[in-house]
Amino acid sequence: MKKTLFGTLIVGALTSATPAMAELVFPSLSYRTGPYAANGVAIADGYADYFTLLNERDGGIGGEKARVIECETAYNTEKGVECYESTKGSGALVYQPFSTGMTYQLIPKVTADGIPLHTMGYGRTSAKNGMVFRNVFNYPANYWDGASVAIKHLLAINSGDIKGKTVALVYHNSAYGKEPIRTLEELKKKHGYELLLLPVDHPGQEQKSQWLQIRRERPDYVLMWGWGIMNQVAIQEAVNIRYPMENFIGIWWSGSENDVLPAGDGANGYKSLTFHNLGDDFPLYDDIRKYVTDAGKAAGDGTHVGTVLYNRGLYAAMLAAEAAKTAQKIHGTGKITPMQMRDGMEALEMTEEKMTALGLPDFGPSFDVSCENHGGDGFAAVAQWNAGAKQWELITEYVQADQDVVNPLIDEDSTAFAKENNISPGCG
Amino acid sequence: MFYREAGDIKTSYVDDGQTFPIRLDRQLYFSALIVAWGVIPFLVDDYWANAVLLPFLIYAIAAIGLNILVGYCGQVSLGTGGFMAVGAYAVYKLMTAMPEVNILIHVFLAGGITALVGVLFGLPSLRIKGFYLAVATLAAQFFLVWLFNRVPWFYNYSASGQITAPERTIFGVVVTGANSETWATYLVCLFFVTLAALIARNLTRGAIGRQWMAIRDMDIAAEIIGVNPLSAKLGAFAVSSFFIGVSGALFFAVYLGAVEVGEVFGINKSFLVLFMIIIGGLGSILGSFAGAAFLVLLPVLLKNVLVGGLNWPTDLAAHLEFMIVGALIVIFLVAEPHGIAQLWRLAKEKLRLWPFPH
Repeated sequence: MKKTLFGTLIVGALTSATPAMAELVFPSLSYRTGPYAANGVAIADGYADYFTLLNERDGGIGGEKARVIECETAYNTEKGVECYESTKGSGALVYQPFSTGMTYQLIPKVTADGIPLHTMGYGRTSAKNGMVFRNVFNYPANYWDGASVAIKHLLAINSGDIKGKTVALVYHNSAYGKEPIRTLEELKKKHGYELLLLPVDHPGQEQKSQWLQIRRERPDYVLMWGWGIMNQVAIQEAVNIRYPMENFIGIWWSGSENDVLPAGDGANGYKSLTFHNLGDDFPLYDDIRKYVTDAGKAAGDGTHVGTVLYNRGLYAAMLAAEAAKTAQKIHGTGKITPMQMRDGMEALEMTEEKMTALGLPDFGPSFDVSCENHGGDGFAAVAQWNAGAKQWELITEYVQADQDVVNPLIDEDSTAFAKENNISPGCG
Repeated sequence: MFYREAGDIKTSYVDDGQTFPIRLDRQLYFSALIVAWGVIPFLVDDYWANAVLLPFLIYAIAAIGLNILVGYCGQVSLGTGGFMAVGAYAVYKLMTAMPEVNILIHVFLAGGITALVGVLFGLPSLRIKGFYLAVATLAAQFFLVWLFNRVPWFYNYSASGQITAPERTIFGVVVTGANSETWATYLVCLFFVTLAALIARNLTRGAIGRQWMAIRDMDIAAEIIGVNPLSAKLGAFAVSSFFIGVSGALFFAVYLGAVEVGEVFGINKSFLVLFMIIIGGLGSILGSFAGAAFLVLLPVLLKNVLVGGLNWPTDLAAHLEFMIVGALIVIFLVAEPHGIAQLWRLAKEKLRLWPFPH
């Protein structure tokens, strides 16, 4: 008797309770623990707080309450699979895993299950080709755009000529870090710089040899594709070897406050890319304070509001909510299904007026999504860290990536994917 | 009363030498097989398969493999993650190079390739023992992961360095890739688990197993009574690596579908499988299953109780999960250093005497 009781208890507990399906469900595969937690917490807070704001202030999206189901992955793909399986049955509208490794795992799964996947500024770059990747979106910018914008910035500060200069790439030795290499090699042919590749193994606490090599070879510029603890260590090492920080540029995932603060004043001048605006000087943040943090409804402790990664989580949530609104308009129903959400994402138009109306003027680039282009127009800006004021400052306008280089690469990679998986590209 | 040899009369040598001499054990064993093969495939859904059953079955194969090496032959190995990676990359290269061949054959071949690699890295065991051997196998772990990250041939020159399982079928049913049938993936893993357990159980009961155990208990004495340490040790490495390779192949092709070697087959995996066999019970096939169940199911169970049942914040639940699993490991090992399998053994002894304690 006791044994069967215990058995039913286990069975009951293992099949996690499936909640009522009356809401718009936005699962959040967050990582508030593990080696990438320092970054994951801010993103997850921003993502959840925006939906809380919509619920508290507007009563949801188009009259339907939004519900965020959090599932802890610790940036681990196996836990990510478990999270995906346990949340997909709850009517999940869109997945945003904030992990490139997990994205590769999820692309085939969401395609089979008919759920859209949005990988904003990460994931598989060639997913921009919506004719092959029907359910996957990566607007407004991707890694290859990032690599190109970084090189464009170098061109700009060298009055258009970087022939013979050496550019080192310090990268996380994983799918994520390897993404920009192809583009940087293509751009190398075009602009004639030297490329030095320096992989750093997960989690990236040990980088002595890479920075010793940088000290020896003295590359003119260092680019970084890092995440989590790797960023902090790299910036500290760069400070230690007295590498000129203004020649050190990180991708948008290597440019949060967490990464530069530990290095103190030494990090002053470090640059990073971004595809959205920084700081909390936007009308929407007054509402966030009023309805969410001050009302005690924040997902975290509220200390991250206005940081780079919080803004990114919030931006991701905002794009998801806008896509949901678009989907509701297209299909004339409040309760949209994942496939209707996909249509909404494909028809999403982000304009300056729309962002101003939301209380986020000039927060991100304006772009239109279409079946042919799931990835936006590839605009990104460069930000620089001001250690004295302890804040990031945008130092350039939004610059468009070199589409002549990036687009053929995307076509090539997505065509190869379509061939491998027997997909006939099209908008049907 | 009910757990007795009495009345279970053996009339042939085959009967006498069977794996489960007690009738109740046999009944339990066969009913477990019937439930696993005949009932679960009809009930299983995506969540149960992908979050609970597949990882459990696949880790059980790895644990059986490692248990042969560590538990039966006494050679400590920290290279499990690396050997699983060999299995995964071998099956990937085979799947993409020979798409027309059945995936089951590829998994067996991947096991074979891993066995060869295992023998190669097992060579130092002929000269060094204990902790020193552990360090030597640790080198295998790091070398193999580095190799698969470094040489693009292994991942077919894909831009991301990831390997992704293409769609393959068995008798027309899709078992790898995203469109695979849940019950089919489960049955594939179950097939290999059943096979692995049967082979391992019978190997360890026979002459080869006794040689391994002789080496484990005292290698010099074993040599004196005529056990060849070369063939016994390398044999253990080969068989163990074969199973670990099979589990790595299934882990990649059937369970995850896409793998990044540094993350999935890192040193953590080696420790995880080692902990499974220590907690489950060294030198016990049942212990391999118990250990895999303990370390795969318990975290999922705790997560669902704390987050799904009690609605606690996910990060708090994740931290508590670490603490509870850690504490349970310590408690288990203090209470019973020989693992869960020993608890079961003691329970059986008690059952035989029951209701008369003396």
